[in-house]
Amino acid sequence: MITAEQKPMDEIRRMIAPYKRILVLGCASCVAECAAGGEKETAMLASALRMAARMEKQEVEIEEKTIDRQCVNEFIVLLDDIVDQYDTILSLGCGAGVQAVGDMFPEIPVIPALNTEFLGETKNQGVWVENCLGCGDCMLYYFGGICPLARCPKQLLNGPCGGSVNGKCEINPDLDCAWQLIIDRLSRFGALDRLEEIYPPKDWSKKQGSGPRKIVREDQQE
Amino acid sequence: MKAMSRLKQILERGEFAVTAECGPPKGADPEVIIKKGKILRGSVDAVNVTDNQTAIVRMSSLAACSLLERAGLDPVLQMVVRDRNRIALQSDILGASAIGIRNLLCLSGDHQCFGNQPQTVGVFDLDSIQFLQAVKRMRDEGTIIGGDELSAPPDLFIGAAANPFADPLAFRVIRLAKKITAGADFIQTQCIYNLDRFESWISMAMDKGLPEKVYILGGVTPLKSPGMARYMKTRVSGIDIPDEMIERMEGVPKDKQREEGIRICVETILRLKEMPGVKGVHIMAIEWEDAVGEIVERAGLLPRPGI
Repeated sequence: MITAEQKPMDEIRRMIAPYKRILVLGCASCVAECAAGGEKETAMLASALRMAARMEKQEVEIEEKTIDRQCVNEFIVLLDDIVDQYDTILSLGCGAGVQAVGDMFPEIPVIPALNTEFLGETKNQGVWVENCLGCGDCMLYYFGGICPLARCPKQLLNGPCGGSVNGKCEINPDLDCAWQLIIDRLSRFGALDRLEEIYPPKDWSKKQGSGPRKIVREDQQE
Repeated sequence: MKAMSRLKQILERGEFAVTAECGPPKGADPEVIIKKGKILRGSVDAVNVTDNQTAIVRMSSLAACSLLERAGLDPVLQMVVRDRNRIALQSDILGASAIGIRNLLCLSGDHQCFGNQPQTVGVFDLDSIQFLQAVKRMRDEGTIIGGDELSAPPDLFIGAAANPFADPLAFRVIRLAKKITAGADFIQTQCIYNLDRFESWISMAMDKGLPEKVYILGGVTPLKSPGMARYMKTRVSGIDIPDEMIERMEGVPKDKQREEGIRICVETILRLKEMPGVKGVHIMAIEWEDAVGEIVERAGLLPRPGI
């Protein structure tokens, strides 16, 4: 999932200050799972903004709506009938959602209410962790299902570095050393010998070699 | 005349090598580095120049090495993969060789979050092992990553770091072997305070025949005070200082603590000299270059052999 957190209230209020008719737009997918931009968070943000406006005696119309996915056109078009009523959309989608909505309605500014963070998993209730860079060439097989690019701060493919102590990373004592996890996992699988070979430099062209990436699947096109 | 690595010649002749660390200044004054070089000249075979250590911006290691080379020392250029991608790394290696630098230490580098530019991006395009491999191929095969040929290969004696005190111990030896396979001619270890642990690491390395394939230099850092010892033990990852050593530092009056630190350092070097598999010592006297000459002398390592 793509994770995000809500921006500070002051920053949001500064960005929406010039507008009088605001649609606060939630997204029921990833950002709902990470409790940043789902229906509930959208209602709470809209209500907090209305209250703040009232306190300062500002005449602002703030309404809310949540769609299933802000990053897929077939859901964005559901806004077609109502979008004219607003002079801005405050989006609680991820960065992809904000841009997709903006592309669909280029005449209206779409303002981000969230800081989009990472590709990760829900570890515990209220805890999300990054574990994938989206590098375009998955190497998880070699490392026992633990990604050193996403989880080792030095992105070592031939770790661990000299800062691994008692299974923890030198960067932060709360962070497990990804390489200790890799070694433990591979030894459980009896595959520790996999780490004796030298992994060559990563081919980063699959991530950022020629600008923004694009997937084209002819079999999926009508 | 073509420059030669003095460090390489000393090690190949079977002499016990002595190197020292030299940190470039946080400024553009060349005299600082030249002065440090003068202090160290005659006491050591080579001077190892750090590359923005602890991720704090300092004069470039390459420029400082050049100043030391002109002052008649044999510099070891430290280069970290934290700040440069593979284009910059390979380019700087060619440049270093062109200006007569003959030793290179390939490191990953302290993470940027520890330094004074925590908002920077960490590059880490290569890791230290991939970097070693790239340098070796440049030197021995005359090719860069991807296979393009060089018009002239760099001439470098290639080093790597090893930390016998980090975890997991068994994997430390596997990683040493990987560094040797990748291209390390010499190894510099993390500061040694726990000699027992160091001995078990070196004996595991001996079991795999590794010290026959690489020159291992034991790292030492003289302690200035018990406070420094406690700080290093608790705050610097991968540094292992036994409690007895901290108690020993605490047991002497304040004005004798530096002397005690030097004494411990000399005792460590004397043990390392007798240890099979150890071919030299690397002295990291942090902002205390003055101490190096005395340590080397008291360890019976003076005069340094001529080339």
